Amino acid sequence: MLRFIFTKLALLIPTFIGVTLLTFFMIRAIPGDPIELLVGERGIAPERHAMLRAQLGLDQPLPVQYAIYIGDVLQGDLGRSIVTKKPVLQEFLTLFPATLELGICAMIFAVVVGLPLGIIAGVRRGRFVDYFAMGTSLTGYSMPIFWWGLLLIILFSVNLHWTPVSGRISLMFFFDPVTGFMLIDSLLSGQKGAFASALQYLILPTVVLGTVPLAIIARMTRSSMLEVLSEDYVRTARAKGLSPLRIVSVHALRNALIPVVTVIGLQVGTLMGGAILTETIFAWPGIGKWLVDSVGRRDFPAVQGGVLLVAIMIMLVNLTVDLLYGLINPRIRHARR
Amino acid sequence: MTADVQVSKVAQTQSAPPHPLTEVWWSFLENKGAVAGLVVIVVVFLLAILADIVAPYAPVDQFRDAFLKPPAFVDGGSTRFLLGTDDVGRDILSRLIHGARYSLFIGAFTVTLSLAAGIALGLVAGFFRGLIEDSIMRLMDIMLALPSLLLALVIVAILGPSLTNAIMAIAIVYLPHFTRVARASVITELSKDYVTASKVSGAGTLRLMFVTVLPNCAAPLIVLGTLSFSTAILDAAALGFLGLGAQPPTPEWGTMLAKAREFVQSAWWVVTFPGLAILITVLAFNLAGDGLRDALDPKLKR
Repeated sequence: MLRFIFTKLALLIPTFIGVTLLTFFMIRAIPGDPIELLVGERGIAPERHAMLRAQLGLDQPLPVQYAIYIGDVLQGDLGRSIVTKKPVLQEFLTLFPATLELGICAMIFAVVVGLPLGIIAGVRRGRFVDYFAMGTSLTGYSMPIFWWGLLLIILFSVNLHWTPVSGRISLMFFFDPVTGFMLIDSLLSGQKGAFASALQYLILPTVVLGTVPLAIIARMTRSSMLEVLSEDYVRTARAKGLSPLRIVSVHALRNALIPVVTVIGLQVGTLMGGAILTETIFAWPGIGKWLVDSVGRRDFPAVQGGVLLVAIMIMLVNLTVDLLYGLINPRIRHARR
Repeated sequence: MTADVQVSKVAQTQSAPPHPLTEVWWSFLENKGAVAGLVVIVVVFLLAILADIVAPYAPVDQFRDAFLKPPAFVDGGSTRFLLGTDDVGRDILSRLIHGARYSLFIGAFTVTLSLAAGIALGLVAGFFRGLIEDSIMRLMDIMLALPSLLLALVIVAILGPSLTNAIMAIAIVYLPHFTRVARASVITELSKDYVTASKVSGAGTLRLMFVTVLPNCAAPLIVLGTLSFSTAILDAAALGFLGLGAQPPTPEWGTMLAKAREFVQSAWWVVTFPGLAILITVLAFNLAGDGLRDALDPKLKR
């Protein structure tokens, strides 16, 4: 197991170098002079320009610049946002809980709805339920989620007035963030109705962000269920006269879930991509909206740092999934590569 | 005598195996969803080609007397604008029909680009195992470490927002998927006897690559291509929606939705129809792609 962990960790290093190379060259691939970009349209005196160049290390050869960049990154210095002048890492960490909260809720929604949907479709194969579940799943998978969000806003916010249009909590409530998770903070604040308000604001974004993972999980669960149900040991269990419920829930489900767990782990990337759109629609103050805004404002240090941090986060999640998977399934642990 | 001939003819047609493509086609036709998808694709394709004839107006025509007119089937609507007009008085139906051109063009172009590059990289990686293979596949892994929309966002941020750059970005983002599939099937095929036979009879590397191996790797690549067509349309629409893809007044479906957020309160039709067009087209490609996969590879059929 130790060896397995170390191999997986060692494989992270080239990916890390690759991602930093990508973000490093990203800034340099932008047409135009980085310092003129930094100072904006005001213009700059030539002496000051040269001084800034030296200060930022831009007069060094590229490999040296890269080494400086890596050194800074490893010390947690990701530069400062051009717009807010705050360190990028600090901005990221302030906004991250909002995205995390939304992502966790969306994942819970996707699993709680998608898993049973897939199981039922697999067990009742070829019946109406199966067609219904797979039709829903395919539609969810094909859904332009930014439009899906707008539709839900029209229906639930504009016409039915059930949910608010955008934001994280009603302006009536104000409290200092403790954990950054609005649901927990609202409870901690002890204000009446704060939790309900936070929940109301969370529900539509959760559904929108969870739609695509839900569809993928349902499809995967169904096909994995079908495969397991045709195994010999399921037939044996049937022959023994076990109840269909017991066969599905005890014998089949446990094995059917192994590939599903991997797929759930892989959804983190999908969620982050979806968060970009979902947060933009619902004006959710998280990483996704921040990245889009930064691209729009041409705030390149923010984009560079944000992309790197998102990539590192996804790498770490994938590593965790790999390790957990190795823990559950010894065959993976001992397979070479 | 004539009866004999007929009998032998019948016997012949029965014993001769059908052409593989015919078999795929029949198997495809058995899948009702796939056929429905194909029909929709053909309709969208025809609309795109005949947009100038079919669409009632030009996509940029503004009618100053008809801002935000509701669709014909709602109170206050008229048959002059079947799906209503947008905030500057353009006919939504005409814009949607012209928008089909953009979506199909985006899908076709990105898939062609990443398919071609993916095949090239996959073949090289499959044929030259070792350092070359490792460096190509590592690079692909790095690209896969980022969510596709985020990577596309970064590329567009560097290149600047436009339809062409969005297409480039999406093509780059999909490259790893094509490379991986191409490499995997190349490696599978390379271990087969017919390749060894071809090698023994003196085929050069290029001939082995393109004439011997590649045609046998086509099935999974075709399926991935069809399914990527739909994701390409979705991603391009998402970039357009974020203001980073096609720019107004281009009638691209995602771009049409970019300003739609302002109208959720007042004019639902401005929001609803472009998204519906995206959903239907993407759904059609997914249905057809699934059907194609089942038809090409019966083993995968469930």
